[in-house]
Amino acid sequence: MTTGSMKTKRAIGNTITYIVLIVISIIWLFPFVCMFLQSFRSMNEGGGGMVDYLLPKQFSLDSYAFLFSEESKFVRWYGNTLVIAFFVAILSTMMVLCVSYALSRMRFKGRTVLMRFWLILGMFPGFLSMICLYFLLKQFGLTQEGAIPGLILIGVASSGMGYYVTKGYFDTIPKALDEAARIDGASRARVFFTMILPMSKPIIIYALLTAFMNPWCDYVFASYVAFGYSDSYNVAVAMQRWVWTNDYQGYFTRFCAGGMLIAVPITILFMCLQKYYVEGVTGGAVKG
Amino acid sequence: MGKEANSGSTANKQNPVGKFFGNLGNDFKEIGLTFVEGDWKTKVSFLIMGFGPIMRKQFVRGLALLAVEVLFILYLVGFGWNYLKDIGTLGTVARVMNDNGTYSYNDNSFLILLYGILTIVLIFVFLLVWRVNVRVNRNEEKLLAAGKKLATNGQDLHSLLDSNFDKTLMALPFTGVMVFTALPIVFMICIAFTDYDANHQPPTNLFTWVGLENFKNMLSFGTSGIGSTFLTVLGWTLIWAFFATFLTYFCGMGVAIMINKKGIKFKKLWRTILVVTIAVPQFVSLLYVYKMFANDGLINTYLMKWGWISSYIPFWSNPTLAKVLIIIINLWIGIPYTMLITTGLLMNIPEDLYESARIDGATGFQMFRSITLPYMLFVTGPFLLTQYTGNLNNFNVIYLLTQGGPQSMALSNKAGYTDLLVTWLYKMTVNDTNYRMAAVLGIMVFVVTAVISLAVYGILPSVKDEEGFQ
Repeated sequence: MTTGSMKTKRAIGNTITYIVLIVISIIWLFPFVCMFLQSFRSMNEGGGGMVDYLLPKQFSLDSYAFLFSEESKFVRWYGNTLVIAFFVAILSTMMVLCVSYALSRMRFKGRTVLMRFWLILGMFPGFLSMICLYFLLKQFGLTQEGAIPGLILIGVASSGMGYYVTKGYFDTIPKALDEAARIDGASRARVFFTMILPMSKPIIIYALLTAFMNPWCDYVFASYVAFGYSDSYNVAVAMQRWVWTNDYQGYFTRFCAGGMLIAVPITILFMCLQKYYVEGVTGGAVKG
Repeated sequence: MGKEANSGSTANKQNPVGKFFGNLGNDFKEIGLTFVEGDWKTKVSFLIMGFGPIMRKQFVRGLALLAVEVLFILYLVGFGWNYLKDIGTLGTVARVMNDNGTYSYNDNSFLILLYGILTIVLIFVFLLVWRVNVRVNRNEEKLLAAGKKLATNGQDLHSLLDSNFDKTLMALPFTGVMVFTALPIVFMICIAFTDYDANHQPPTNLFTWVGLENFKNMLSFGTSGIGSTFLTVLGWTLIWAFFATFLTYFCGMGVAIMINKKGIKFKKLWRTILVVTIAVPQFVSLLYVYKMFANDGLINTYLMKWGWISSYIPFWSNPTLAKVLIIIINLWIGIPYTMLITTGLLMNIPEDLYESARIDGATGFQMFRSITLPYMLFVTGPFLLTQYTGNLNNFNVIYLLTQGGPQSMALSNKAGYTDLLVTWLYKMTVNDTNYRMAAVLGIMVFVVTAVISLAVYGILPSVKDEEGFQ
């Protein structure tokens, strides 16, 4: 009797949960589905602007064709972003690994002072330094035409400050392992390259993944550094202009198409590496 | 001398300032002793850095020290001094007109300030290296006096991969942070004390020191000051960060609990659907959502088509609607993230806790309140703090959705009702080139972040009692 009522109670509870989860899924996927549908709307309907219906009356690849045509620099912007993301991911991960190992394993003079100093620096908003950075880059010719290497430099230079998650991971690797290897005559560098790094594959992938995804959203510095030179835009800066500037009417479906081209590969990549991402994020959150 | 050193060592235990001066005193004492007791090689090293090590056949160290000195002197004479000497005034003549009507540019306040700061920093660095140079000499002499051998050049180089590996690892990241973060921040802090704005743009015009004038302006509530706007923006920043953090946190945890619930199938599917929002770059998803809620966007047009509303809802031009909508859309962005984090942690809670609670007849909500919530708050305390400070500076969500708007005549300096301190700072910098006030604002952001971090960090249970739940 009691177990029976428990069962029905649980069944009702589960049904409600399923309903809520389905509603949530619809809300979360709705914008992407809309975007997907609208990217296939023909230019003859609403001139590529916004319309008051969702399903295109006529399926067409107009918007995609435009993105790959001579008229648009989309391919170039996409390439720019890809290059930036690739180099920033590799180089900044290397920086972070170096800092994390030094701070996790070695007790050098000024270590705590350095960590506190960087913590304080991190409390200043990043844009504060924008005009100064712009000027520094300009001195080296890394703005406008040279904005791509400039943005890579900015993305990499200070990346050592983001060592928290990786250091937290290194801290969990027992120090006894290091010591044993060092007693056998291995140098610090050897321990780092042949022991710690191979054991840290998940966190390295996490660092690479997050560093790779950041440049795709970088609007602030990218627009400032590449100012007025459209060949150096990244996708965020370029497509922002499509959405915000009213003269660009008709670019709405093109924005949707471009958005799909950006979102789909990154999402697939992310899904493949999701396991590592979750591991890194959870570990980082708990250790603070 | 001995007395001073004594008072220094008692101060050691009392406060960091006393400790600093105590160490400084000891340092000077050691430098003096090194000079008095050292041989002629050491004495020459005081002027020509690395001379001692080179004479003692430690070429690697010696040449490195010597190179630092030569480079520093070349820098100072050829470059740094020209700027450093004007840092008190930031230049006197911006440009002079030539006979043929063209201008030739003289002093550039921007360069003077930037390179002046750089030179001051480098002077400190040089003094540190000089101090190292003295110590190296002293240690070498001590070793030789004790009859031991000095490290060979090969050993010196090899130590960079072993006992001194930290220096090798940190050299590049440290330099990067110093040049690309620390130097610009110090520069901008200085800008807060100058009148660098649209009317004082180098190279055509000079700017100069104005003391605390900008801070007074920021905090003055008269008709000319922008104090009231500052408070409005600050208030919304704090409210926004509060909702963005805690609402997302609890909703995310709720979703995680639902997915984790016994008997719910397709756990992986639900999670994957939510995680898509993390993967898609924010500028794509947020800009699209922004367009969805625009006056002629999907939401409004469908609501009108269905006859639910007769005219469009001004989602983005009504301040209150815009604020609420931003917080809701941020839930859409933030819930997947908290869901991911809490999922793993929820599974760590021992199942027998729930089991015994269930036997005692506790309802689901009671179990959540007395088991789940305390545990989660304890474990994720530091995470919540970083989320809060992160949200204080959450540029993307605000800027991509509203650009800070709607603007109003009631707010000065083009601030809008959904502007955070950082988006306002950004607009001041980029649109108005009002660098002086932007710099003040940046310092304010720092103060707010630092105060909240320090205050909350002290009361976090997991910081006070690390073993609490283990």
